[in-house]
Amino acid sequence: MTLVESIDTARNALEMRGITKIYTVADDVVVALDHVDLTVASDEIVALVGPSGSGKTTLCSIAGGLLSPTDGSVVVAGKEISDYSGRQLTEFRRDSVGFVFQTVNLIPFLTARENLLVVDEIGRRLGRVARDRADQLLEELGLADRAANLPAQLSGGQKQRVAIGRALMNDPSLVLFDEPTSALDSNLGDQVVHLIRNEMKARGTAAIIVTHDDRITHYADRTVHIEDGRIAK
Amino acid sequence: MTLALREMRRRPGRFAIATVILTLIAILLMFLGGLLDGLVASSTGAYRIQNGDLLVYSGNSRDALVRSRIEPAVRQQVESVPGVARVGGLGTAQLGGRVPGRGPRDLVPIVLFGYDLAPRGLPATPPPAGTVYADDSLRAKNVKVGTTMQLGPARSPVTILGFVSDSRYSGQGTVWGSLDTWRQVLNANRPDARVGPGVVQALVVQGDSRTSAGLAERIDRSTGGATASLTITQAIDALPGVSQQRTVFNQIIGVTVVIAIVVVALFFALLTVERTALYGVLKAIGASSRTLFVGVVLQAVVVALIASLIGIAAALVLDAVIPAGTIPFVATPARLASSAVVLVVAAVVGCAFSLRRVLRIDPAAAIGGTP
Repeated sequence: MTLVESIDTARNALEMRGITKIYTVADDVVVALDHVDLTVASDEIVALVGPSGSGKTTLCSIAGGLLSPTDGSVVVAGKEISDYSGRQLTEFRRDSVGFVFQTVNLIPFLTARENLLVVDEIGRRLGRVARDRADQLLEELGLADRAANLPAQLSGGQKQRVAIGRALMNDPSLVLFDEPTSALDSNLGDQVVHLIRNEMKARGTAAIIVTHDDRITHYADRTVHIEDGRIAK
Repeated sequence: MTLALREMRRRPGRFAIATVILTLIAILLMFLGGLLDGLVASSTGAYRIQNGDLLVYSGNSRDALVRSRIEPAVRQQVESVPGVARVGGLGTAQLGGRVPGRGPRDLVPIVLFGYDLAPRGLPATPPPAGTVYADDSLRAKNVKVGTTMQLGPARSPVTILGFVSDSRYSGQGTVWGSLDTWRQVLNANRPDARVGPGVVQALVVQGDSRTSAGLAERIDRSTGGATASLTITQAIDALPGVSQQRTVFNQIIGVTVVIAIVVVALFFALLTVERTALYGVLKAIGASSRTLFVGVVLQAVVVALIASLIGIAAALVLDAVIPAGTIPFVATPARLASSAVVLVVAAVVGCAFSLRRVLRIDPAAAIGGTP
């Protein structure tokens, strides 16, 4: 690796090289990703689009340490994670990436503030520092007055904002969004996309947004198309 | 862990069914245990209060007091065995007792004990002939200090001087007098079992603490097999029905514990299935399987503790309201605590069946990352 490449690696939030993911289901072999290369700069927002079954969720899962590739190299914020054990991947997800899921998936019996603090509870337990960060994030996301509300008492957009806050709690290098607007009407979806861009750019955090939504591609810095497990040129 | 406790606090209804079922099981466990303790206590109190290390029967008695007779010569042999510190005689007679204030046919089953080495709770010198100390349980039969009871068909009178606690035998109340009182009453009422002067049914032996090891064998060897010496614990186990009661009740208690394990296993397995999506999300954001399983165990332990506390309260209430002499139920701290511990352990074992399910939850499923 040359000095220039080394500096680039440090600057990039994500570098995937030759990623292949093969599933064996019964007697069938399914190639979900076929020698995929993808680089995301440290404050870049990438929209990942493609038809169902094209491999975009698998790509996102490997980037976030939810799955290990069958072959290839994954470097997130300078850490090579492709050979990590299950335990190392758990720690990596806890400390280095954020997730916003399609169905939001807030913990229903926790308030908005507690949903953010759950990241601290399962992680490093920073106590007051974590509480201050949760309060700050809720303030920035316009949810300070909703901190004590349970998810059932929040609107769809507010829930999505809580989920974004949770994804940012561990100050990640990379946030992965899985269809963040699919459950929202167009008006609300627009607000959420706007918010995602503002929050990511304000923090200099990279994001990959898996989407079918054209509005997101307009807000993203770059759009990557994936089809049949390959990045379209 | 805070997450698990918070769920219990915010969604108590979710755990209500398991808590109710485990509470019923806890009450059953403690009731069965209390009954066993009560039954055993009412059969063995007279032996447990003995102030000795060994109970010496005659060699041909097959370890039964009623078949045992120790002649004075044998007693002298026992007294001379090295390591024997003190020896006392013991005699019993099971008779019907007539108590003033009760109907002439309303006999109270009584076991008269004669002693000369005082059991715990009785005066060192046995009471004068014709007087006895009565077991506490006889208070419920209208027996008071100063009451003169008539024992057996000969209506031998004995007057109550006081009471002694936890000294029942064979489920019956006891009265405790001198060996002379015992011989008089026995000879008057049971001609078939008459005993001569100095004869007793068994000996209570106190060992010298320095040389008491192997004392039972030394006694039986020195009497040439005329005696069969048992520790007090062995003598209690040899009492008719005691070990059978223990076996039967412990088997019922064992089955109840297995049911508790199954209830907890099923409940938390269902709860884990319900939480698959939630656990997937938590794993995706960095929760380890260990953290999640510890939460499951913690919830099971809390449910078991609540059930145990209610069970303990119910057992104490039962103990207080059951009239003396009706149901042989005793709520001892040791039994209540051990039942609670057993229930908590059963809960932990039960929810261990959910461990595999928790381990198998794939965090990638949270975003549909697996085919």
